[in-house]
Amino acid sequence: MIVNEQVAVDHGLKKDEYAKICELLKRTPNITELGIFSAMWNEHCSYKSSRLHLKKLPTKGKKVIQGPGENAGVIDIEDNDAIVFKIESHNHPSFIEPYQGAATGVGGIMRDVFTMGARPIANLNSIHFGSPQNKKTKNLLRGVVHGIGGYGNCMGVPTIAGQTSFDSSYNGNILVNAMTLGLVKKDKIFYSKAAGLNKPVIYVGSKTGRDGIHGASMASASFDEKIEEKKPTVQVGDPFTEKLLLEACLELMAGDSIIAIQDMGAAGLTSSSIEMASKGNLGIEINLNKVPCRESKMTPYEIMLSESQERMLIVLENGKEEQAKKIFDKWNLDFAVIGKTTKSKKIELYFDEEKVANIPVNTLVENSPMYDRKWKKTKLPKKNKIKKEVIKHLKIINVLKKILANPNICSKEWIWQQYDHTVMGDTIQKPGGDAGVVRVHGTDKAIAASVDSSAVYCWAHPLTGGKQVVCESFRNLISVGAKPIAITNCLNFGSPENEENMGEFVECVQGIGEASDYLNFPVVSGNVSFYNQTKDQGIKPTPAIGGVGLIKDYKNMITMEFKEVDNLVLVIGKTEGHIDQSLFSRTILDEKNGPPPEVNLFNEKNNGETLLKLIDDNLIKSAHDVSLGGIITGVAKMCIKGKKGININKPKYLINEIEYLFAEDQGRYIVEINKKDFKKVADILNKNAVHFDELGTIAENELYINDKTKVTIDELSTWNKGWLLNYMSK
Amino acid sequence: MKSSVITFPGSNCDRDMDVALKKFGFKNKMVWHDDAELPKSDLVVLPGGFSYGDYLRCGSMASKSKIMQSVVNFASSGGMVMGICNGFQILVETGLVPGVLLRNKYLEFICKNVFVKINDKKNKYFKNVNNEVLEFHIAHNEGNYFCTNDQLKEIEDNNQIAINYCDENGKIEDQFNPNGSIKNIAGIFNKEKNVLGMMPHPERMIDTSLSGEDGSLFFKNLINNLK
Repeated sequence: MIVNEQVAVDHGLKKDEYAKICELLKRTPNITELGIFSAMWNEHCSYKSSRLHLKKLPTKGKKVIQGPGENAGVIDIEDNDAIVFKIESHNHPSFIEPYQGAATGVGGIMRDVFTMGARPIANLNSIHFGSPQNKKTKNLLRGVVHGIGGYGNCMGVPTIAGQTSFDSSYNGNILVNAMTLGLVKKDKIFYSKAAGLNKPVIYVGSKTGRDGIHGASMASASFDEKIEEKKPTVQVGDPFTEKLLLEACLELMAGDSIIAIQDMGAAGLTSSSIEMASKGNLGIEINLNKVPCRESKMTPYEIMLSESQERMLIVLENGKEEQAKKIFDKWNLDFAVIGKTTKSKKIELYFDEEKVANIPVNTLVENSPMYDRKWKKTKLPKKNKIKKEVIKHLKIINVLKKILANPNICSKEWIWQQYDHTVMGDTIQKPGGDAGVVRVHGTDKAIAASVDSSAVYCWAHPLTGGKQVVCESFRNLISVGAKPIAITNCLNFGSPENEENMGEFVECVQGIGEASDYLNFPVVSGNVSFYNQTKDQGIKPTPAIGGVGLIKDYKNMITMEFKEVDNLVLVIGKTEGHIDQSLFSRTILDEKNGPPPEVNLFNEKNNGETLLKLIDDNLIKSAHDVSLGGIITGVAKMCIKGKKGININKPKYLINEIEYLFAEDQGRYIVEINKKDFKKVADILNKNAVHFDELGTIAENELYINDKTKVTIDELSTWNKGWLLNYMSK
Repeated sequence: MKSSVITFPGSNCDRDMDVALKKFGFKNKMVWHDDAELPKSDLVVLPGGFSYGDYLRCGSMASKSKIMQSVVNFASSGGMVMGICNGFQILVETGLVPGVLLRNKYLEFICKNVFVKINDKKNKYFKNVNNEVLEFHIAHNEGNYFCTNDQLKEIEDNNQIAINYCDENGKIEDQFNPNGSIKNIAGIFNKEKNVLGMMPHPERMIDTSLSGEDGSLFFKNLINNLK
């Protein structure tokens, strides 16, 4: 095939990018080379629109062993233990083929983690669907949930937490973000940097097929009506093979024969070999005839661009091939020496004894395009006047009923019961709480993890929204008694070529950066997913933040269910009555405008750290952060989970009851304490200048508000659990 | 007491079972599916997971593993063999216990706590358990036990049902059946009751911080019965 500008454009490259390729090579690339450039230079692999802004994120800290740039981030959890974690998107494939798209998303992120030598110990996910009324939503939800479960369950890794939301902006572009945490010894972490000349390059895992060719390019373009035609670019997962690959890799890693290892994810053999060579400042020579292929007559182009799953590339020490092969034979996996490292600093491919590609590595990596895209700032919207007349006539219980049954608040049990969340025998906090918690096997330590996003806040004001998501992650970890350590982010946005979408990205990243810097909660890994848009319509900006924290003694973990009748319930943090952009405002008042709640980083940090101190002093019986739906929604969930009631007395405030109960001010927690500890708790809070309210007392099995409104906990539970079950059974 | 846990390609509850058996005093060995000989054991466990990816039929390929001939011989000579979840599926595929396990009634994987009622205590697994009802944990996609009417009659005549799904008070009703199993069957014995296959995972309930402690009760009792 003759390569020209049109062929390059068909590969998703811009005309000037093609010109740059010819200039760098000082010749016209052949089709295999063009394929390689298109795979490396697309948005998904090159971060060409985002790199400039991602650089501004804080990525360092005392506990950070490895920040962004490797397969995953690594943090120190003491005693020579480390946690490897990352979140990644698989949005485009999941919309086209929900089961396989979601499944391979989970498989891919687990591979990123065990490539570094860590055994995966927990999975999480953040999934977002269109309006429930949209005719595609139900099947997409079912397919995604089955896919996530199908892969994670088979791997034997518990899925311990997640987030599901519905919003019409995802009608044509669902989001599937998968996160994995792995455990590794600090002195046994593996990296992707090749080193040494003439070292054997090994291919292990599944055979290469024609699936997923140009998957990464697909993920770098918008959808149109021809989307169904893209089905062949979705990879097909085989969790069984990945389980074998996991065990085989960990067995090989126990020895000392590996120099570098890299999984074949997006852009397959292309990106994995180039990444290893680039990091090691070396060249790589590969004989493509040696690559194990599933189908006959595969061309060099297809072999290099296939995104077949469950494959790894390893650079071994010389002479260790036999020993390594034995392990892969035991696990029935392919093992082939396909090439070697060279000093040429080029990627040189041979096929049928002919050189089919010869590209300097730096042209693909350092010289890849980087754009400073135009972007538009979002002004802080004006506050709405509280509709006092409307609010006056609302009955709290009716509002609460609607809110608890709202698709974005309701119980997601139907989803997480389909995920094995208890395998590995260390899950001490299951899905449905503020964060999932697993013990570090055989120790007293535990790791808490949560994944959050607030697309509505980010849409209303990206800068505030970006900060808010980080704070919410911080709060969720603190609510279970964990000290927050670091985050991973999955940045889901519309087209970077659209100034408004690009502006949302830039300002969300700025907000994330400011909050993570202030809270000492650095970003250690992440992924950007642009082009989440159909035709001209982008999704609401949806950065998903995966937070990880440490609990030193797992017996001190906190859960959210109310524990004991007569205990006191306090609200930590001040309630200003911010209603704009709240679930109340959007669902009850039908008001979609206005600013999101303000984020005060000083209060976030101070309130959170003071609560951690109370937890350390054993003064907290249960805790839950206040988020979507406000105080009353949080309290209702604590009642439902604890099968206890509460007697609420609204504290004396200038704002009315509804504003107090449904406002979504930030930096707040609901906590349960023993009456006898009240003075101690109040002293600590006062000493640290943390505002708190006395909300009420835990009761038998009814929720009372100011003695005049009451509802049974059974009713609350029915409202909360009903929606999703009904929706999925229809 | 010596125990052996078999690891098949795709087993993923083998380590959890190893942890549980050791916690309650067993000297446990992990045995690779491709070995021919079982080590000397008082108990052999086929653990949960997705042996061979559940391809073809759950448990079907694992039942043809090299080690399984030794396991069958061991069981035939009266040895104690317990299959949990995928291990139960392997047991039905070898024919060591009767029946088959179909896809769950609502076609969804289920992971949750359930109650089971002990149907028979004249066996080494449940003898001396004081409770009638245990809280166990299930996590499976194919736990819907099925057999022919003739088989069912035989099973009932021989009192081979080990445990049934029930509520916390031991009431065995349809609404407490998580997967559509015939007669709410959660676990079943061979005729001699030295082989037990069950869907619930007692190894996931061995400490108060986990889903519960009734697994501890089960293992403590089991090792005492074997002494």
